[in-house]
Amino acid sequence: MNLKKTPLNEIHRNLGARMVEFGGWEMPVQYPAGTIEEHLRTRIFAGLFDVSHMGEFLVEGEDSIDFVNFLTTNDVRKLKNGQAQYSILTNENGGVVDDLLVYRFNEKKLMLVVNAATTEKDWQWINLHKSKFHVKVTDVSKNFCQIAIQGPKAQEILQQLTENELSQIKYYHFVEGKILGFDAIISRTGYTGEDGFEVYADAEKADKIWMKLLDAGDYGIEKGILPCGLAARNTLRLEAAMSLYGNELSETITPLEANLAWVCKLEKGEFIGREALLKQKNQGLQRRLVGFEMIDKAIARDGFDIYAEEKKVGKVTSGAPAPFLKKNIGLAFVLIEFAKIGQEIKIDVRGKRCKATIVPTPFYKRSY
Amino acid sequence: MNIPENLRYSKDHEWVLIDGEIAIIGITDHAQNSLGDIVYVDLPKVGDHFNAHDACGSVESVKAVSEVFTPVSGEVIEVNETLNDSPEVVNKDPYGAAWMVKLKIKDAAEINSLMTAEEYREYLNNNT
Repeated sequence: MNLKKTPLNEIHRNLGARMVEFGGWEMPVQYPAGTIEEHLRTRIFAGLFDVSHMGEFLVEGEDSIDFVNFLTTNDVRKLKNGQAQYSILTNENGGVVDDLLVYRFNEKKLMLVVNAATTEKDWQWINLHKSKFHVKVTDVSKNFCQIAIQGPKAQEILQQLTENELSQIKYYHFVEGKILGFDAIISRTGYTGEDGFEVYADAEKADKIWMKLLDAGDYGIEKGILPCGLAARNTLRLEAAMSLYGNELSETITPLEANLAWVCKLEKGEFIGREALLKQKNQGLQRRLVGFEMIDKAIARDGFDIYAEEKKVGKVTSGAPAPFLKKNIGLAFVLIEFAKIGQEIKIDVRGKRCKATIVPTPFYKRSY
Repeated sequence: MNIPENLRYSKDHEWVLIDGEIAIIGITDHAQNSLGDIVYVDLPKVGDHFNAHDACGSVESVKAVSEVFTPVSGEVIEVNETLNDSPEVVNKDPYGAAWMVKLKIKDAAEINSLMTAEEYREYLNNNT
């Protein structure tokens, strides 16, 4: 298979990254510092992530807002210019086609940022439903690089590359500004549980922006910024209890089950999947996503079965050691009667039933 | 990639140091690098018997778990207990401080089926 490459592919190799396949892309899974160090550095200083594999679609035209409102569960009409929103693309059964960010430039121009592995599927899905709306949808994924800088020092570092006043950008807001003099969308968003920014710029400018950010963040100097691979991105998002499509979210899981009722605005008017979600809400959930912490010394991985009172009550969707919290944690779907804080469960770790407890999420919350 | 000349290697990326009738076993630099940060090492008990290619333990990283196979048959005479508390040593010194198991070799002929450093280097080139 011919893997797709981001504009930073060669730089990752030069930095000593180990490359792996992810959703049809060749991506860095870790750099020489290692996953734990990359994770910790992001929590205490700053980490740099190439997320250029994500897909970006522009939605333009007079029905832009109505169209995206019909496709997604959150209320797009609540968005102001320069604001971003986490949302879900649902199918007719209320299952998750993808999770995404919706950016509003103005009432006739939105941008959807979708997952790498689902970009093609989402493109088909979106085009399938657009006929009744006056919109033009363009896949601009190839034009953009996307670089995330995350951590308590993210603003200070990124500020060295831009004249846009970053402190003025609120969480889940963005500006169309300049980075190193190049046009860029600077968005205060992320997938690590830290404060930070995601920068969208011309793909050809990726290497300059990346190298300058490493430089500005004192890369190579003790405790300076580190480039971070997919493995650290995964443990960071897991500590923050953020869902990963393919693990916590899929076509057969609804956002209500996945604790995403807060982005399901069932009263906003018609949208794909609304009936199914309303019905599920009224009937009550059968299962729900929970966070757990291992008591026994073991790591639960996705797919492991969960038991309580000697019967099977659920399945792990993500599990890993949490480098910052120094615990073994995970997310899992369990039957609703067991989905309560403090519930003791047992997880089948390669034939051994290991004790764990259901705990509140997020596991990690930043203190600033 | 570090591949010491004095060791023998298995296709599952274990190394063996032959010392008379004792085989000292660990995982290779390539194996630790592929796994990433190692957080647990699970080792067998002294007195356990294994046939060549049996799983005798496991190594778990942040990302994944991988079994450790014994390249030769024998009886466990010592395990490296320090790896229980300091699994990260496997990343730092896979051929030295992170040895895992000492076996009393049952069939010395099995050693000949293991790769030399040169053969292992070529095996890595062809398979990664």
